[in-house]
Amino acid sequence: MSRSDALVDADWVEAHRSDPGVVLVEVDEDTSAYDKGHIPDAVKIDWKKDLQDPVRRDFVDKTGFEALLSERGISNGDTVILYGGNNNWFAAYAYWYFKLYGHQNVKLLDGGRKKWELDSRELVEDVPQRQRTSYVASEADPSIRAFRDEVVAAIGKQNLVDVRSPDEFSGKLLAPAHLPQESAQRPGHIPTAKNVPWAKAANDDGTFRSDDALRALYGHEAGLDFGRDTIAYCRIGERSAHTWFVLHELLGQGNVKNYDGSWTEYGSLVGVPIELGEAK
Amino acid sequence: MTDGCGAPAGGVTSLAGIDIDSQAVVQGQVSRSGSAVTTGYARLLNAGGDFVAEVPLGDAGGFTFFAAPGDWTVRVLAPGGVAVDRPISAGYGRVAKVDIVI
Repeated sequence: MSRSDALVDADWVEAHRSDPGVVLVEVDEDTSAYDKGHIPDAVKIDWKKDLQDPVRRDFVDKTGFEALLSERGISNGDTVILYGGNNNWFAAYAYWYFKLYGHQNVKLLDGGRKKWELDSRELVEDVPQRQRTSYVASEADPSIRAFRDEVVAAIGKQNLVDVRSPDEFSGKLLAPAHLPQESAQRPGHIPTAKNVPWAKAANDDGTFRSDDALRALYGHEAGLDFGRDTIAYCRIGERSAHTWFVLHELLGQGNVKNYDGSWTEYGSLVGVPIELGEAK
Repeated sequence: MTDGCGAPAGGVTSLAGIDIDSQAVVQGQVSRSGSAVTTGYARLLNAGGDFVAEVPLGDAGGFTFFAAPGDWTVRVLAPGGVAVDRPISAGYGRVAKVDIVI
């Protein structure tokens, strides 16, 4: 993967949004954002209602993903362009789902909704009507998803990247600062994890920083060993999907997994090691 | 109360039902020429200038952060290349208000 395989810019979207075989999809942290205006021709995926299992703590299964994409009128061969607010935070999370279930032709709109809005580009309230499809997903790809036992085994052996804010990493906060403070049983971080807050990968306007800047950020600044396998985590796996996107899709690192159980799971486990304090 | 990482609709969180004693809330509204700015973003930066959180401005130009006690900066981004910073000090048990005119 490389930047051109994984990203498109706003001009590309303006030119191709109505092309057959191109589907724009908005996925926002604020799930009401789409309803107040979205890029013309875009459909909506609600990360909470559409992408989570309604009973278990897990994401939607293969059958559910097939039903969702079929209902939204997305075909296996379509080029899906995902975008959202807050530096494409939740769009990157959805991108990880699409890859997990084998949809190869998926990209992010660089800068997402924020840059689109800051550039004063057109937003509409009309909801496009797309014909239903019969989407067929692959089995979930375990090579990009980490589970807790794998994470515990990776301590001191693999790169662990904690992408939460420094205050969450140190144990000062239990949740992101725009949410009420509720979360895991214990604060802190996984021993040996490096702290690279996810949004350091983005410019103020939400676009991704250059490949060279990203390599420097994760490499000599944070101390990741690019020769090792990597697991990224945050609180519930969404910010770390953004970092997974950077490392795996933009920088082409081979074995990078997203631990979506993240701190809400790890920080509530009995018997696992936890460290407090600032990054070492 | 919000679950997951989901932001509240419009980026503004009602404080109803939230125990303020255990929260260090930073809240404010953004306006331009007396009118609420509804297209834009508020970012919270820590004392080192690093990004901590971001919300879209709400219908009345509002934003809310649940921070930790200490010094913070709120940065507002709006169309036209607007980027305005305001310092704010937060503490448990109170709502630190910072209204920003751009």
